[in-house]
Amino acid sequence: MALLKWNQKLTPLDNEIQQLKLEVISMWEMVLSQLQKAEEALKNIDRDLAREVILTEKRVNAFELKIDRDCEDILALFAPVAIDLRFILAVLKINMNLERTGDIAEGIGKFVVDIPEDFDKRLLEITRVVEMYEQANEMISEVMNAFEEENTILARKVFKKDDLLDEINKNAATIVANYIKDNPAKIESALYILSTIRKLERVGDQAKNMAEEIIFYSEAKVLKHKPKNKKSNPEEE
Amino acid sequence: MESAVLKVTNFNAFFGDNQVLKNINLAIDKNSVWAIMGPSGCGKTTFIRCINRMHELTPNATTEGSMQLNGEEVYEMNPVLLRRKVGMVFQRPNPFPMMSIYDNVISGYILNGIKLNKQQKDEIVETSLKRAALWMEVRSTLHKKGTFLSGGQQQRLCIARALSMNPEMLLLDEATSALDPVSTAKIEELIHELKQQYTILMVTHNMQQAARVSDKTAFFYLGELIEANNTKKIFTNPQHEKTQDYIRGHFG
Repeated sequence: MALLKWNQKLTPLDNEIQQLKLEVISMWEMVLSQLQKAEEALKNIDRDLAREVILTEKRVNAFELKIDRDCEDILALFAPVAIDLRFILAVLKINMNLERTGDIAEGIGKFVVDIPEDFDKRLLEITRVVEMYEQANEMISEVMNAFEEENTILARKVFKKDDLLDEINKNAATIVANYIKDNPAKIESALYILSTIRKLERVGDQAKNMAEEIIFYSEAKVLKHKPKNKKSNPEEE
Repeated sequence: MESAVLKVTNFNAFFGDNQVLKNINLAIDKNSVWAIMGPSGCGKTTFIRCINRMHELTPNATTEGSMQLNGEEVYEMNPVLLRRKVGMVFQRPNPFPMMSIYDNVISGYILNGIKLNKQQKDEIVETSLKRAALWMEVRSTLHKKGTFLSGGQQQRLCIARALSMNPEMLLLDEATSALDPVSTAKIEELIHELKQQYTILMVTHNMQQAARVSDKTAFFYLGELIEANNTKKIFTNPQHEKTQDYIRGHFG
Protein backbone atom coordinates (compact mmCIF):
# COMPACT_ATOMS: atom_id res chain seq x y z
CA MET A 1 0.00 0.00 0.00
CA ALA A 2 1.31 3.44 -0.81
CA LEU A 3 1.17 6.59 1.27
CA LEU A 4 -0.35 8.56 -1.62
CA LYS A 5 -2.57 7.45 -4.43
CA TRP A 6 -2.12 9.18 -7.76
CA ASN A 7 -5.55 10.78 -7.69
CA GLN A 8 -5.57 11.60 -4.01
CA LYS A 9 -6.02 15.18 -2.90
CA LEU A 10 -3.36 16.19 -0.40
CA THR A 11 -4.56 16.84 3.13
CA PRO A 12 -2.43 18.90 5.52
CA LEU A 13 -1.29 15.63 7.11
CA ASP A 14 -0.22 14.28 3.68
CA ASN A 15 1.86 17.40 3.19
CA GLU A 16 3.53 17.00 6.58
CA ILE A 17 4.27 13.37 5.83
CA GLN A 18 5.74 14.15 2.42
CA GLN A 19 7.90 16.82 4.02
CA LEU A 20 9.06 14.39 6.68
CA LYS A 21 9.85 11.78 4.05
CA LEU A 22 12.05 14.25 2.15
CA GLU A 23 13.85 15.10 5.37
CA VAL A 24 14.55 11.44 6.09
CA ILE A 25 15.89 10.99 2.54
CA SER A 26 18.23 13.98 2.98
CA MET A 27 19.53 12.54 6.23
CA TRP A 28 19.93 9.16 4.56
CA GLU A 29 21.97 10.70 1.74
CA MET A 30 24.16 12.46 4.27
CA VAL A 31 24.83 9.25 6.19
CA LEU A 32 25.51 7.34 2.97
CA SER A 33 28.01 9.95 1.85
CA GLN A 34 29.64 9.77 5.29
CA LEU A 35 30.04 6.00 4.84
CA GLN A 36 31.43 6.39 1.34
CA LYS A 37 33.92 9.02 2.40
CA ALA A 38 35.06 6.90 5.32
CA GLU A 39 35.53 4.03 2.85
CA GLU A 40 37.69 6.21 0.59
CA ALA A 41 39.61 7.39 3.64
CA LEU A 42 40.24 3.80 4.69
CA LYS A 43 41.32 2.61 1.24
CA ASN A 44 43.85 5.44 0.86
CA ILE A 45 44.55 6.07 4.56
CA ASP A 46 43.47 9.64 3.87
CA ARG A 47 43.40 11.20 7.31
CA ASP A 48 42.03 14.57 6.13
CA LEU A 49 39.02 12.92 4.55
CA ALA A 50 38.56 10.88 7.74
CA ARG A 51 38.49 14.10 9.78
CA GLU A 52 35.83 15.47 7.45
CA VAL A 53 33.69 12.38 8.15
CA ILE A 54 34.09 12.94 11.88
CA LEU A 55 32.96 16.56 11.55
CA THR A 56 29.81 15.62 9.61
CA GLU A 57 28.58 13.68 12.61
CA LYS A 58 27.29 16.89 14.23
CA ARG A 59 25.08 17.57 11.24
CA VAL A 60 23.66 14.06 11.31
CA ASN A 61 22.85 14.50 15.00
CA ALA A 62 21.05 17.77 14.28
CA PHE A 63 19.03 15.97 11.59
CA GLU A 64 18.08 13.27 14.06
CA LEU A 65 16.77 15.79 16.58
CA LYS A 66 14.80 17.67 13.91
CA ILE A 67 13.12 14.49 12.62
CA ASP A 68 12.28 13.37 16.15
CA ARG A 69 10.69 16.72 16.86
CA ASP A 70 8.71 16.68 13.63
CA CYS A 71 7.39 13.19 14.39
CA GLU A 72 6.34 14.37 17.84
CA ASP A 73 4.52 17.36 16.34
CA ILE A 74 2.73 15.25 13.74
CA LEU A 75 1.61 12.73 16.36
CA ALA A 76 0.41 15.51 18.68
CA LEU A 77 -1.33 17.63 16.07
CA PHE A 78 -2.76 15.15 13.59
CA ALA A 79 -3.30 11.94 15.57
CA PRO A 80 -2.46 9.89 12.45
CA VAL A 81 -4.04 6.44 11.97
CA ALA A 82 -3.42 3.34 9.82
CA ILE A 83 -0.63 3.70 7.24
CA ASP A 84 0.12 7.28 8.36
CA LEU A 85 0.60 6.12 11.95
CA ARG A 86 2.77 3.20 10.86
CA PHE A 87 4.83 5.56 8.72
CA ILE A 88 5.56 7.88 11.65
CA LEU A 89 6.44 4.94 13.91
CA ALA A 90 8.72 3.56 11.17
CA VAL A 91 10.39 6.94 10.66
CA LEU A 92 11.12 7.23 14.38
CA LYS A 93 13.04 3.95 14.24
CA ILE A 94 14.68 4.56 10.86
CA ASN A 95 15.85 7.90 12.24
CA MET A 96 17.56 6.11 15.12
CA ASN A 97 19.08 3.50 12.77
CA LEU A 98 20.44 6.23 10.51
CA GLU A 99 21.97 8.11 13.39
CA ARG A 100 23.70 4.94 14.56
CA THR A 101 24.94 4.27 11.04
CA GLY A 102 26.36 7.79 11.07
CA ASP A 103 28.09 6.99 14.37
CA ILE A 104 29.63 3.89 12.80
CA ALA A 105 30.98 5.93 9.86
CA GLU A 106 32.42 8.38 12.37
CA GLY A 107 34.00 5.50 14.29
CA ILE A 108 35.66 4.17 11.14
CA GLY A 109 36.86 7.71 10.40
CA LYS A 110 38.48 7.81 13.85
CA PHE A 111 40.23 4.49 13.19
CA VAL A 112 41.68 5.89 9.98
CA VAL A 113 42.98 8.93 11.86
CA ASP A 114 44.58 6.70 14.52
CA ILE A 115 45.91 3.89 12.31
CA PRO A 116 49.74 3.59 12.61
CA GLU A 117 51.93 5.17 9.95
CA ASP A 118 53.43 1.84 8.87
CA PHE A 119 50.00 0.44 7.91
CA ASP A 120 50.23 -2.67 5.74
CA LYS A 121 47.75 -2.32 2.87
CA ARG A 122 47.81 -6.08 2.34
CA LEU A 123 45.45 -6.26 5.34
CA LEU A 124 42.71 -4.65 3.25
CA GLU A 125 42.91 -7.48 0.72
CA ILE A 126 43.31 -10.53 2.89
CA THR A 127 40.46 -9.60 5.24
CA ARG A 128 38.17 -8.56 2.30
CA VAL A 129 37.21 -5.49 4.31
CA VAL A 130 36.86 -3.30 1.21
CA GLU A 131 34.57 -5.82 -0.45
CA MET A 132 32.52 -5.93 2.72
CA TYR A 133 32.41 -2.17 2.87
CA GLU A 134 31.11 -1.91 -0.68
CA GLN A 135 28.36 -4.39 0.03
CA ALA A 136 27.35 -2.56 3.23
CA ASN A 137 27.12 0.77 1.39
CA GLU A 138 25.09 -0.86 -1.34
CA MET A 139 22.67 -2.18 1.25
CA ILE A 140 22.21 1.24 2.84
CA SER A 141 21.74 2.80 -0.59
CA GLU A 142 19.23 0.19 -1.80
CA VAL A 143 17.14 0.44 1.33
CA MET A 144 17.12 4.20 0.83
CA ASN A 145 15.75 3.71 -2.68
CA ALA A 146 13.19 1.26 -1.34
CA PHE A 147 12.11 3.90 1.18
CA GLU A 148 11.92 6.62 -1.44
CA GLU A 149 9.92 4.49 -3.88
CA GLU A 150 7.96 2.63 -1.20
CA ASN A 151 9.22 -0.54 -2.84
CA THR A 152 9.07 -3.50 -0.48
CA ILE A 153 10.44 -5.94 -3.08
CA LEU A 154 13.63 -3.89 -3.15
CA ALA A 155 13.61 -3.69 0.65
CA ARG A 156 13.42 -7.50 0.88
CA LYS A 157 16.53 -7.97 -1.30
CA VAL A 158 18.68 -6.56 1.46
CA PHE A 159 18.24 -9.59 3.73
CA LYS A 160 20.08 -11.86 1.27
CA LYS A 161 22.85 -9.32 0.73
CA ASP A 162 23.69 -9.54 4.39
CA ASP A 163 25.02 -13.08 3.87
CA LEU A 164 28.27 -11.79 2.41
CA LEU A 165 28.80 -9.48 5.37
CA ASP A 166 28.21 -12.37 7.76
CA GLU A 167 30.67 -14.57 5.92
CA ILE A 168 33.49 -12.00 5.86
CA ASN A 169 32.86 -11.12 9.47
CA LYS A 170 32.96 -14.78 10.53
CA ASN A 171 36.26 -15.49 8.80
CA ALA A 172 37.91 -12.28 9.91
CA ALA A 173 39.03 -13.47 13.36
CA THR A 174 41.06 -16.40 12.00
CA ILE A 175 42.57 -14.36 9.17
CA VAL A 176 43.59 -11.54 11.48
CA ALA A 177 44.97 -13.98 14.09
CA ASN A 178 47.14 -15.68 11.46
CA TYR A 179 48.32 -12.34 10.14
CA ILE A 180 49.31 -11.22 13.62
CA LYS A 181 51.28 -14.45 14.18
CA ASP A 182 53.24 -13.75 11.01
CA ASN A 183 53.56 -9.98 11.53
CA PRO A 184 53.67 -9.33 15.27
CA ALA A 185 54.91 -5.77 14.66
CA LYS A 186 51.67 -4.87 12.82
CA ILE A 187 49.35 -6.00 15.58
CA GLU A 188 47.81 -2.57 16.08
CA SER A 189 46.91 -2.08 12.40
CA ALA A 190 45.44 -5.57 12.27
CA LEU A 191 43.23 -4.88 15.26
CA TYR A 192 41.94 -1.65 13.70
CA ILE A 193 40.91 -3.58 10.60
CA LEU A 194 39.22 -6.28 12.66
CA SER A 195 37.27 -3.59 14.54
CA THR A 196 36.27 -1.98 11.24
CA ILE A 197 34.89 -5.32 10.07
CA ARG A 198 32.86 -5.63 13.27
CA LYS A 199 31.49 -2.13 12.68
CA LEU A 200 30.56 -2.91 9.07
CA GLU A 201 28.69 -5.95 10.23
CA ARG A 202 26.52 -3.59 12.26
CA VAL A 203 25.96 -1.33 9.25
CA GLY A 204 24.37 -4.38 7.63
CA ASP A 205 22.18 -4.88 10.69
CA GLN A 206 21.00 -1.26 10.55
CA ALA A 207 20.15 -1.66 6.85
CA LYS A 208 18.12 -4.77 7.65
CA ASN A 209 16.31 -3.02 10.50
CA MET A 210 15.39 -0.14 8.21
CA ALA A 211 14.15 -2.57 5.53
CA GLU A 212 11.95 -4.20 8.17
CA GLU A 213 10.47 -0.82 9.04
CA ILE A 214 9.65 -0.09 5.39
CA ILE A 215 7.85 -3.43 5.10
CA PHE A 216 6.12 -2.77 8.43
CA TYR A 217 4.67 0.54 7.38
CA SER A 218 3.65 -0.35 3.84
CA GLU A 219 2.39 -3.88 4.38
CA ALA A 220 1.63 -3.83 8.12
CA LYS A 221 3.79 -6.97 8.49
CA VAL A 222 6.20 -7.48 11.35
CA LEU A 223 9.35 -9.26 10.22
CA LYS A 224 11.41 -8.73 13.32
CA HIS A 225 12.90 -11.89 14.86
CA LYS A 226 11.83 -14.03 11.89
CA PRO A 227 14.24 -16.44 10.16
CA LYS A 228 16.12 -14.90 7.27
CA ASN A 229 14.72 -17.10 4.47
CA LYS A 230 11.20 -16.09 5.43
CA LYS A 231 12.08 -12.43 5.42
CA SER A 232 13.24 -12.28 1.83
CA ASN A 233 10.25 -14.18 0.46
CA PRO A 234 6.88 -12.46 0.97
CA GLU A 235 4.88 -15.65 0.22
CA GLU A 236 6.34 -17.47 3.18
CA GLU A 237 5.54 -14.86 5.81
CA MET B 1 2.70 43.06 19.09
CA GLU B 2 2.76 45.63 16.31
CA SER B 3 0.91 43.66 13.64
CA ALA B 4 -1.89 42.57 15.96
CA VAL B 5 -5.32 42.76 14.29
CA LEU B 6 -7.08 42.40 17.59
CA LYS B 7 -5.59 43.53 20.85
CA VAL B 8 -7.45 42.62 24.00
CA THR B 9 -6.27 44.29 27.20
CA ASN B 10 -7.57 43.65 30.72
CA PHE B 11 -10.94 42.69 29.32
CA ASN B 12 -13.80 41.66 31.63
CA ALA B 13 -17.37 40.65 30.79
CA PHE B 14 -20.32 40.32 33.13
CA PHE B 15 -23.88 39.06 32.96
CA GLY B 16 -25.36 40.95 35.92
CA ASP B 17 -23.16 40.09 38.89
CA ASN B 18 -21.73 37.03 37.23
CA GLN B 19 -18.27 37.69 35.84
CA VAL B 20 -17.87 35.53 32.74
CA LEU B 21 -14.51 36.78 31.48
CA LYS B 22 -11.75 37.67 33.90
CA ASN B 23 -9.00 40.00 32.89
CA ILE B 24 -8.30 38.63 29.41
CA ASN B 25 -5.13 39.78 27.64
CA LEU B 26 -4.54 38.52 24.14
CA ALA B 27 -3.06 39.79 20.89
CA ILE B 28 -4.25 38.17 17.66
CA ASP B 29 -1.76 38.61 14.84
CA LYS B 30 -2.65 39.09 11.20
CA ASN B 31 -3.29 36.11 8.90
CA SER B 32 -3.22 33.58 11.68
CA VAL B 33 -5.75 30.98 12.74
CA TRP B 34 -6.49 30.96 16.44
CA ALA B 35 -8.38 28.15 18.13
CA ILE B 36 -10.16 28.92 21.37
CA MET B 37 -10.79 25.86 23.49
CA GLY B 38 -11.95 25.03 26.95
CA PRO B 39 -14.73 23.16 28.77
CA SER B 40 -18.36 24.32 28.53
CA GLY B 41 -19.01 27.50 30.44
CA CYS B 42 -15.39 28.63 30.34
CA GLY B 43 -16.28 31.82 28.49
CA LYS B 44 -14.90 31.03 25.05
CA THR B 45 -18.15 31.75 23.17
CA THR B 46 -18.72 34.86 25.26
CA PHE B 47 -15.23 35.96 24.34
CA ILE B 48 -15.69 35.73 20.60
CA ARG B 49 -19.21 37.16 20.80
CA CYS B 50 -17.74 40.15 22.62
CA ILE B 51 -15.52 40.79 19.60
CA ASN B 52 -18.45 41.82 17.46
CA ARG B 53 -20.61 42.97 20.33
CA MET B 54 -23.29 40.32 20.15
CA HIS B 55 -24.30 40.91 23.77
CA GLU B 56 -25.31 44.53 23.28
CA LEU B 57 -29.01 43.81 23.56
CA THR B 58 -28.73 41.30 26.41
CA PRO B 59 -29.98 43.01 29.57
CA ASN B 60 -27.34 43.30 32.30
CA ALA B 61 -24.49 42.36 29.98
CA THR B 62 -21.56 44.69 30.58
CA THR B 63 -17.90 44.79 29.66
CA GLU B 64 -14.77 46.47 30.99
CA GLY B 65 -11.32 46.95 29.59
CA SER B 66 -10.12 47.44 26.08
CA MET B 67 -10.56 45.56 22.83
CA GLN B 68 -8.97 47.13 19.77
CA LEU B 69 -9.50 46.13 16.16
CA ASN B 70 -6.59 47.48 14.12
CA GLY B 71 -6.10 50.17 16.73
CA GLU B 72 -9.75 51.20 16.92
CA GLU B 73 -11.65 50.66 20.15
CA VAL B 74 -14.35 48.04 19.40
CA TYR B 75 -16.73 49.36 22.02
CA GLU B 76 -16.58 52.89 20.64
CA MET B 77 -17.24 51.93 17.02
CA ASN B 78 -20.54 51.98 15.18
CA PRO B 79 -21.75 48.39 15.72
CA VAL B 80 -22.96 48.06 12.13
CA LEU B 81 -19.53 49.06 10.81
CA LEU B 82 -17.87 46.77 13.32
CA ARG B 83 -19.84 43.76 12.10
CA ARG B 84 -18.86 44.49 8.52
CA LYS B 85 -15.27 44.23 9.63
CA VAL B 86 -15.78 41.15 11.76
CA GLY B 87 -17.67 38.33 10.06
CA MET B 88 -19.19 35.54 12.08
CA VAL B 89 -20.36 31.99 11.38
CA PHE B 90 -22.33 29.97 13.91
CA GLN B 91 -22.68 26.36 14.93
CA ARG B 92 -25.88 25.72 12.99
CA PRO B 93 -25.89 26.88 9.39
CA ASN B 94 -28.31 29.80 9.19
CA PRO B 95 -28.77 31.04 5.64
CA PHE B 96 -31.73 33.38 5.29
CA PRO B 97 -34.50 30.89 4.48
CA MET B 98 -36.51 33.12 2.17
CA MET B 99 -33.52 34.23 0.10
CA SER B 100 -31.85 32.57 -2.88
CA ILE B 101 -28.23 31.49 -2.70
CA TYR B 102 -27.37 34.61 -4.69
CA ASP B 103 -29.22 36.97 -2.38
CA ASN B 104 -27.84 35.25 0.70
CA VAL B 105 -24.30 36.05 -0.40
CA ILE B 106 -25.01 39.75 -0.95
CA SER B 107 -27.47 40.04 1.93
CA GLY B 108 -24.93 42.15 3.83
CA TYR B 109 -25.17 44.77 1.11
CA ILE B 110 -28.96 44.47 0.74
CA LEU B 111 -29.59 44.80 4.46
CA ASN B 112 -27.17 47.69 4.78
CA GLY B 113 -28.91 49.49 1.92
CA ILE B 114 -25.76 49.57 -0.18
CA LYS B 115 -26.67 49.97 -3.84
CA LEU B 116 -24.79 47.80 -6.31
CA ASN B 117 -25.28 47.33 -10.02
CA LYS B 118 -25.84 43.88 -11.53
CA GLN B 119 -22.22 43.46 -12.57
CA GLN B 120 -20.90 44.35 -9.10
CA LYS B 121 -23.36 41.94 -7.50
CA ASP B 122 -22.40 39.12 -9.87
CA GLU B 123 -18.77 39.72 -9.13
CA ILE B 124 -19.19 39.72 -5.35
CA VAL B 125 -21.32 36.57 -5.47
CA GLU B 126 -18.82 34.73 -7.63
CA THR B 127 -15.68 35.70 -5.71
CA SER B 128 -17.27 35.08 -2.32
CA LEU B 129 -18.57 31.67 -3.33
CA LYS B 130 -15.21 30.81 -4.85
CA ARG B 131 -13.39 31.80 -1.67
CA ALA B 132 -15.81 29.64 0.30
CA ALA B 133 -15.12 26.73 -2.11
CA LEU B 134 -18.81 26.49 -3.00
CA TRP B 135 -18.91 28.10 -6.45
CA MET B 136 -18.46 24.91 -8.48
CA GLU B 137 -21.30 23.22 -6.66
CA VAL B 138 -23.90 25.98 -6.89
CA ARG B 139 -23.06 28.11 -9.91
CA SER B 140 -25.96 26.69 -11.95
CA THR B 141 -28.50 26.95 -9.12
CA LEU B 142 -27.73 30.40 -7.78
CA HIS B 143 -31.38 31.42 -7.73
CA LYS B 144 -32.61 28.47 -5.74
CA LYS B 145 -33.20 28.92 -2.02
CA GLY B 146 -30.13 28.48 0.15
CA THR B 147 -31.96 26.06 2.40
CA PHE B 148 -32.03 23.43 -0.38
CA LEU B 149 -28.32 22.90 0.10
CA SER B 150 -26.82 20.21 2.34
CA GLY B 151 -25.69 21.19 5.83
CA GLY B 152 -22.04 21.44 4.80
CA GLN B 153 -22.92 23.52 1.74
CA GLN B 154 -25.19 25.77 3.82
CA GLN B 155 -22.32 26.34 6.21
CA ARG B 156 -20.02 27.27 3.33
CA LEU B 157 -22.76 29.59 2.08
CA CYS B 158 -22.74 31.29 5.48
CA ILE B 159 -18.96 31.62 5.20
CA ALA B 160 -19.38 33.13 1.71
CA ARG B 161 -21.94 35.55 3.16
CA ALA B 162 -19.49 36.56 5.87
CA LEU B 163 -16.65 36.94 3.34
CA SER B 164 -18.72 39.04 0.92
CA MET B 165 -18.25 42.10 3.12
CA ASN B 166 -14.46 41.66 3.04
CA PRO B 167 -14.10 41.43 6.80
CA GLU B 168 -10.82 41.98 8.61
CA MET B 169 -11.51 39.06 10.82
CA LEU B 170 -13.62 35.93 10.69
CA LEU B 171 -15.14 34.38 13.81
CA LEU B 172 -16.21 30.75 13.67
CA ASP B 173 -18.26 29.60 16.64
CA GLU B 174 -18.21 25.80 16.48
CA ALA B 175 -18.76 26.14 12.76
CA THR B 176 -18.24 22.45 12.02
CA SER B 177 -19.75 20.73 15.03
CA ALA B 178 -23.07 20.12 13.27
CA LEU B 179 -21.39 18.73 10.15
CA ASP B 180 -20.28 15.27 9.02
CA PRO B 181 -16.55 14.48 8.65
CA VAL B 182 -16.47 15.12 4.89
CA SER B 183 -18.02 18.59 5.19
CA THR B 184 -15.81 19.26 8.20
CA ALA B 185 -12.73 18.38 6.16
CA LYS B 186 -13.88 20.77 3.41
CA ILE B 187 -14.33 23.62 5.87
CA GLU B 188 -10.96 22.89 7.49
CA GLU B 189 -9.34 22.96 4.07
CA LEU B 190 -11.11 26.24 3.43
CA ILE B 191 -9.75 27.69 6.67
CA HIS B 192 -6.24 26.83 5.49
CA GLU B 193 -6.83 28.78 2.30
CA LEU B 194 -8.63 31.73 3.91
CA LYS B 195 -5.70 32.22 6.25
CA GLN B 196 -3.79 33.88 3.41
CA GLN B 197 -6.24 36.78 3.44
CA TYR B 198 -8.07 36.79 6.74
CA THR B 199 -7.45 36.46 10.40
CA ILE B 200 -9.56 33.65 11.79
CA LEU B 201 -10.67 32.94 15.31
CA MET B 202 -12.46 29.68 15.90
CA VAL B 203 -14.13 28.23 18.93
CA THR B 204 -14.01 24.46 18.93
CA HIS B 205 -14.81 21.58 21.22
CA ASN B 206 -12.93 19.27 18.92
CA MET B 207 -9.41 19.25 20.22
CA GLN B 208 -8.08 17.38 17.21
CA GLN B 209 -9.53 20.06 14.99
CA ALA B 210 -7.80 22.79 16.96
CA ALA B 211 -4.57 20.82 16.60
CA ARG B 212 -4.98 20.22 12.88
CA VAL B 213 -6.14 23.63 11.78
CA SER B 214 -4.86 26.37 14.02
CA ASP B 215 -1.51 28.14 14.31
CA LYS B 216 -2.15 29.36 17.83
CA THR B 217 -4.36 28.05 20.58
CA ALA B 218 -5.86 29.75 23.59
CA PHE B 219 -7.17 27.70 26.49
CA PHE B 220 -9.92 29.20 28.65
CA TYR B 221 -11.04 27.87 32.00
CA LEU B 222 -13.66 29.36 34.35
CA GLY B 223 -13.55 32.70 32.56
CA GLU B 224 -9.77 32.99 32.67
CA LEU B 225 -7.32 32.72 29.83
CA ILE B 226 -5.04 30.00 31.18
CA GLU B 227 -2.61 29.63 28.32
CA ALA B 228 -2.17 31.02 24.82
CA ASN B 229 0.66 29.77 22.67
CA ASN B 230 1.68 28.15 19.40
CA THR B 231 -0.57 25.16 18.79
CA LYS B 232 2.49 22.90 18.46
CA LYS B 233 3.67 24.01 21.87
CA ILE B 234 0.24 23.59 23.47
CA PHE B 235 -0.11 20.04 22.16
CA THR B 236 3.43 18.85 22.79
CA ASN B 237 4.47 20.72 25.89
CA PRO B 238 1.74 22.82 27.52
CA GLN B 239 3.08 25.13 30.18
CA HIS B 240 0.08 24.94 32.47
CA GLU B 241 -1.10 21.79 34.21
CA LYS B 242 -4.76 22.62 33.58
CA THR B 243 -4.12 22.81 29.84
CA GLN B 244 -2.38 19.45 29.95
CA ASP B 245 -5.24 17.85 31.90
CA TYR B 246 -7.77 19.25 29.46
CA ILE B 247 -6.10 18.14 26.25
CA ARG B 248 -5.43 14.70 27.73
CA GLY B 249 -9.11 14.35 28.66
CA HIS B 250 -8.34 14.15 32.38
CA PHE B 251 -10.64 16.91 33.41
CA GLY B 252 -12.89 17.37 36.42
